[in-house]
Amino acid sequence: MNQKKSKTPMIVTLVLVAAIYVAVFIAEQTLPATSMLFTVLKKGAVYALVAVSMNLLNGFTGIFSLGQAGFMLVGAYVYGIFTIPVDQRASVYQYFDGGIVQFTVPVVVAMIMAGLAAAFFAFLIGLPVLRLKSDYLAIATLGFAEIIRAIFQWNGLGPVTNGSNMLRAFPNFNDFNIRDASGNTVVYLSTLIPFIIAGVCIALIMLLINSGYGRALKAVRDDEVAAEAMGINLAHHKRLAFCISSFFAGVGGAMLAMYQTTVQAKSFTSAMTYEILLIVVIGGIGSVTGSVFSSFLFVACSEWWLRFLDEKQLIGDFEVPLLRTGFRMVVFSVIIMIVVLFFRRGIMGDKELPDLLSRRNKTKGRAAK
Amino acid sequence: MSETKSSQVLKLENITMQFGGVVAINNLSLEVNQGEIVALIGPNGAGKTTAFNCITGVYEPTNGIVYFNGKPIVVNHPQGKMIKQYGGINGDMYVKQSPVAHTPDRITHMGIARTFQNIRLFKSQTAFENVLIGTHLRRTSNIFTATFHLNMKEEKANREKARNLLEIVGLSDEADELATSLPYGKQRRLEIARALATDPSLLLLDEPAAGMNPQETDELGEFIVDIKNRFNLTVFMIEHHMNLVMDISDRIYVLDFGKQIAEGTPEEIQKNPVVIAAYLGVDDE
Amino acid sequence: MWDTIFPYLLSGVSVGGQYALIAIGYTMVYGILRLINFAHGDVFMVAGIIMVYLAASGLPLWLCIPLVLLITVAVGFLIERAAYKPLRSAPRMSVMISAIGVSYTLQNLVLYITGGLNKQYPTIPGISDTISIGAAKTKVVTVITPFLVIALVVALVMLINKTKIGMAMRAVSKDFETSQLMGIKINNVISATFIIGSFLAGVGSILFFTNYPTVIQTSGAMPGLKAFVAAVFGGIGSIPGAVIGAFIIGIMENIIKGLDVILFKLGVISQPVGLATFSDAFTFALLIIILIVKPTGLFGEKVTDKV
Repeated sequence: MNQKKSKTPMIVTLVLVAAIYVAVFIAEQTLPATSMLFTVLKKGAVYALVAVSMNLLNGFTGIFSLGQAGFMLVGAYVYGIFTIPVDQRASVYQYFDGGIVQFTVPVVVAMIMAGLAAAFFAFLIGLPVLRLKSDYLAIATLGFAEIIRAIFQWNGLGPVTNGSNMLRAFPNFNDFNIRDASGNTVVYLSTLIPFIIAGVCIALIMLLINSGYGRALKAVRDDEVAAEAMGINLAHHKRLAFCISSFFAGVGGAMLAMYQTTVQAKSFTSAMTYEILLIVVIGGIGSVTGSVFSSFLFVACSEWWLRFLDEKQLIGDFEVPLLRTGFRMVVFSVIIMIVVLFFRRGIMGDKELPDLLSRRNKTKGRAAK
Repeated sequence: MSETKSSQVLKLENITMQFGGVVAINNLSLEVNQGEIVALIGPNGAGKTTAFNCITGVYEPTNGIVYFNGKPIVVNHPQGKMIKQYGGINGDMYVKQSPVAHTPDRITHMGIARTFQNIRLFKSQTAFENVLIGTHLRRTSNIFTATFHLNMKEEKANREKARNLLEIVGLSDEADELATSLPYGKQRRLEIARALATDPSLLLLDEPAAGMNPQETDELGEFIVDIKNRFNLTVFMIEHHMNLVMDISDRIYVLDFGKQIAEGTPEEIQKNPVVIAAYLGVDDE
Repeated sequence: MWDTIFPYLLSGVSVGGQYALIAIGYTMVYGILRLINFAHGDVFMVAGIIMVYLAASGLPLWLCIPLVLLITVAVGFLIERAAYKPLRSAPRMSVMISAIGVSYTLQNLVLYITGGLNKQYPTIPGISDTISIGAAKTKVVTVITPFLVIALVVALVMLINKTKIGMAMRAVSKDFETSQLMGIKINNVISATFIIGSFLAGVGSILFFTNYPTVIQTSGAMPGLKAFVAAVFGGIGSIPGAVIGAFIIGIMENIIKGLDVILFKLGVISQPVGLATFSDAFTFALLIIILIVKPTGLFGEKVTDKV
């Protein structure tokens, strides 16, 4: 009979995760706030959520969509539009008479609205697009993302979106720090908060993946014809995956806005989607843990660890050739190409952290490929 | 529609399937009654899997009707078949029947499950998970209750059901193996288990014995009869293994070039000269 | 009225021709490999950058031009060998991801080399001279482009229909596996496809950057995407389709850029409403419409998949 799966790996994983959260909190109270570490942690958390949301769609359901940046844009703007303090609106919307939205909602509400707005767009876009063949679906979603970008940049919608100008002054991560009467920060929460938000969202996604619906989505990915023959309605499940993925991309967009403290539609290009896709591939298509690891790795490398490649290095009097601004991204790109070509399964393949810790993972994985 | 409706599970009426210039099935009519095991045989390319695909909604037939338990589930009459509706002093009035096309998942919901000629298991999942997916369509949970794991009762019941089915097909030991790493014969049994998980009343088996040796084939034959009785099924089967066909079938339809060339009991078919000419003269595998 | 529209029409035909040269590369590669070569637009950009540096190094222009074409062809060939060939038996998504990776790498490479500064394309005497057509002032290159494009397309079509390698290409795009079994050297056919595509992209870059002389690492992204849309619109796999699609997109894109002015002059609107922002979006809207209405494109062939 079926061996009951040991609960230990799961418990160990949860303990590890809890330990990481505690470590982050402590680090933020003890290390200088300007340390690169926190940039990496915050940006990493944002990208982790977006990468997992993309993995849900591309990796677990097999829908090759390149529209992520568009949904992030929707989320970022909805968040910003509804949280800019009323007294700031006149200066932010300076070309549009303060804009037509003259109220704010609490941050959590705004983030949920951001997700819902993105999911709504996804629903509309999904109607024509989800029945296309994979390559065409990729290009169609790319196209829709560009259309969304054009709409949000249009000055005709300026009273709502601020047109081609940036949105700013909305609450960001630093606003969560607890300050004392004289304005000095007593408790730093600016890194823990994105971790919590991303953590909750990623946990929800994992719960979904481990449910009956998650299995159905994987079935759709593995063999559509067989999935349909087993009673799984393709259109319904693809739509579910698309909308849920976009919901979390929207929340991720809101988080990105909070991280950057300003948002501008024109920065949400297809290049952003490509970066997320590469993160997902490196982490392992079909592994949530992989996407999370890979996001932090990606951000750490591109923002921090490889920075030395951008500076002139001297060995004695000898200036090492090649090392100047931009070299880090070149090295980075080459590393990505190497992973794509030679390590196609990425860091984690399709395994999760509990699988690594469990001793019984021999039967899954290698056989099929 | 005039026969004993209660016992007729499946009826194909004048089904034609045309792909461009190729007529894969030509005016095929057949019936399968409750509790029967009916076999569909014929040389390769005769159109057998195409017939299955028409029944399950994968293809929309160019013409014809499929009835399931007396209800039309697939209807297509581009020329507009007239169906006698009213009688009266002015003569019979005819009404055009409108097309009906369900997606395959709806048809599975109605109670028709199938296996595939080329085995279509979910390659990234274990044997257990493959069968478990078959239980999804009967869910009462929705995406929210499922995500927040509020449907644990249903989940537990489904897992229990999947485990039982694996035991019935004799694959309990392989439950956690990747489905596609199993030997061919076991993969076929797994596919049957998965189909059974959808709670069908009609089971369509597409070459279930392909790739099996004679002993496995015999066991399969016993197995099919066993599950038919256990789950109160009707079985419609495409097969090439003549021993299996002759052993367990109640009736046989023979197809050649998309047309039905014979119908009858195993004894009748074995003696039918048309069939022998077209097909049975060769050694079975 | 005509005087208002004509200049936009003219630049539309010109840029359409340049898109056509890029679009052919996309459509040929997709026809043979079923691969969307995301890196193709960046090859186009690289050709521009190479010209900038060759010209700056002091070489005479009559030498630079063939050299640029040669190097561009080499780049296209190498990309295929290094990034696509190893993945030929991998699932389609892997190759597309590799193409995206190549695009990412090329852009970062160029960013590194240029330091992020806008580079000026060298002025090629003759084609960058200004001439007047009717009321419109434009560069000679604008007028030459359509004719050059048509000449090249005719040459290409003849190559495909009349030569052995062309016949091999047609066979491979109809049925990849059977062609291999029939003894066609797949690697040669694929290389030839990339060589031709890159060559045309190189020519296109010379024409394009003479018109819009700023070159940075992102210069290939939009033209590449639009050229791809043109290829899909015209029917992926069909070369005449890609060309016609490209001209339509080029023309519509420019008319929309000038739509505010045109409608204003026509008296339809009383002030500009910033419709130019939508010139790019229009291209994508067109893409989506064609994908929904007729996914095989204007001239594409319907392929029935057997289940």
